[in-house]
Amino acid sequence: MALAKELITRLLAGAAVLWAAASLAFIVLQLLPSDPVQVIYGADSTVTPEMRDRIRADFGLDQPLWQQYAGFVSRTVTGDLGTSYQQRRTVVSIITSELGSTITLASLAVLLAFSMAVLATLATAGRDNWLRRVISSLELVSVSTPAFWIGLLLLTFFSFQWPIFPVVGDQGWKSLVLPVATLGIALFGTLSQVMRNEMDQALEQPFALTARTRGLSLWAVRWRHALRHALIPALTIAAETFGALLAGAIITEQVFGRPGLGRITLQAVRNQDIPVVLGVVLFSAFVFVTINIIVDLLYRVVDPRLRARA
Amino acid sequence: MTNLSIEMGGAGKATSRLRRGRMPLGVVLAGLILAFMAVCAVAPGFVAPYDPYAPDLLASLKPPSTAHIFGTDQLGRDIFSRVVHGASYSLYIGLCATALAVAAGILIGLSAGVAGGFIDLALMRVIDVLLAFPGLLMSMAVVAFLGTGVTNILIAIAIASIPGYARIVRAQVMVVRTSGYVEAARVLGQPPMRTLLRHILPNTVGPLIVLSTLGIGSAILQSAALSYLGLGPKAPTPEWGLMLSEGQGYLRRGWWVGIFPGVFATATIISTTVLGRYIKALTDGRA
Repeated sequence: MALAKELITRLLAGAAVLWAAASLAFIVLQLLPSDPVQVIYGADSTVTPEMRDRIRADFGLDQPLWQQYAGFVSRTVTGDLGTSYQQRRTVVSIITSELGSTITLASLAVLLAFSMAVLATLATAGRDNWLRRVISSLELVSVSTPAFWIGLLLLTFFSFQWPIFPVVGDQGWKSLVLPVATLGIALFGTLSQVMRNEMDQALEQPFALTARTRGLSLWAVRWRHALRHALIPALTIAAETFGALLAGAIITEQVFGRPGLGRITLQAVRNQDIPVVLGVVLFSAFVFVTINIIVDLLYRVVDPRLRARA
Repeated sequence: MTNLSIEMGGAGKATSRLRRGRMPLGVVLAGLILAFMAVCAVAPGFVAPYDPYAPDLLASLKPPSTAHIFGTDQLGRDIFSRVVHGASYSLYIGLCATALAVAAGILIGLSAGVAGGFIDLALMRVIDVLLAFPGLLMSMAVVAFLGTGVTNILIAIAIASIPGYARIVRAQVMVVRTSGYVEAARVLGQPPMRTLLRHILPNTVGPLIVLSTLGIGSAILQSAALSYLGLGPKAPTPEWGLMLSEGQGYLRRGWWVGIFPGVFATATIISTTVLGRYIKALTDGRA
């Protein structure tokens, strides 16, 4: 019962954030000095006033402001993000057609980054030795290195110096290796840093000592008891991780010439195709809110203390 | 028992090493790197041996040598000179964007924290919504409206980092507001504006300055990324991200084209992060 109540509260809060995001997007559209007709046909085009009016009517720009707002929000709620100025397709169809490629890239990269972070955490938390210093330095490099440069380095060595992997194009799993590595390496540092920080603290708590005095080995304490604590901050930053993933995907897709959400976003930004830009922004807000709701529910799975309290 | 506690609690050593007051080697190195970058930014002609814009098509894509220590690019320009000149763009954008974002963050966070009530609630909900968007996506959206160029990506990066600073300021105001000295000032009948400027502001800004040191690094990272995506300065500007995107097509014929601008960018970002963390650790220890 408590779970259902919390779920409803979460959903309502999420809906409020999305409504605010849609309103913000609407305000931005209104503040925009540029005229969609100009974006579509170019500044120096010879569009007759009648044609201009018809186009404005097509986009609903002739209605009173409150009607435009109501229409915009209700369309957004029903999943209609408008029509691209440039491509004459709905924003939703543009996003869905490119989404699969980005999801493949992002989920494999998360898997890679997460596995590396768990290994790094298990091996170095609560210790002060050379391995920890090496891994800490690697994390620092990972968070500080521009993702596109990681990609260019991988290309330089593994495609040009030793032609193991293809430079661009789709050649099955082979063309996924370098992009996934790029995004995974870029993500690893942040994840690993917060997880180890938490595990450091967990290992100093009395339960860790108790487990040791019961005769458990250091590795068993880490694996069976402390790792669970390290997973909590990893969950907390899951939504931020999604943001980092999306940003990283935009860059990675550009480096390796891959199709995906990043490519259409960059294209839309360059062409000032505002409906697509706002569509991607709203879509990312939707995913962000959804992830946060799932994370709140997952806390209960990872952390039994929360279940007991409810 | 002692053996066990050593094995469990090794992480505490890092802080005790810090407390001894000796500056770690990494921090010294970071300071030296940043000093070098600052010289490059202020007086590039002093460091760079060649004109960063002068093409020499007869010497295009030459590997590193004594004449060109970082080699030459596709147009025969000296990569070292270009990389040196590039420092000014990154440092300029990093510093100005952070300063702008911090100033706006203080203004918004302070108003929200001091005003309280509905204004606070409304401002913080807007901040929450803005924090829902990845920074790069938000700055890209701003560029979509403003257009490309150095000034516009500077503004875009600043706008994207305002929400984070505003939230920190507001949280800090909440802590300071309930503290004894603010209470005392109020009881003594000081005007609210004076309390705000004399007590709340200074105690809020301190922690923020420390955090903004770390912010400069990520602003530089963002500016390099936006430039790489072609949203920043235009060719032939010697900006690091732009140099890498222009050089990408020539990686097959010359690895050095893709290496050195990235080395400079990464070294600058790592150094600001190392220095920022050191300052943060020092001030945390004092608090």
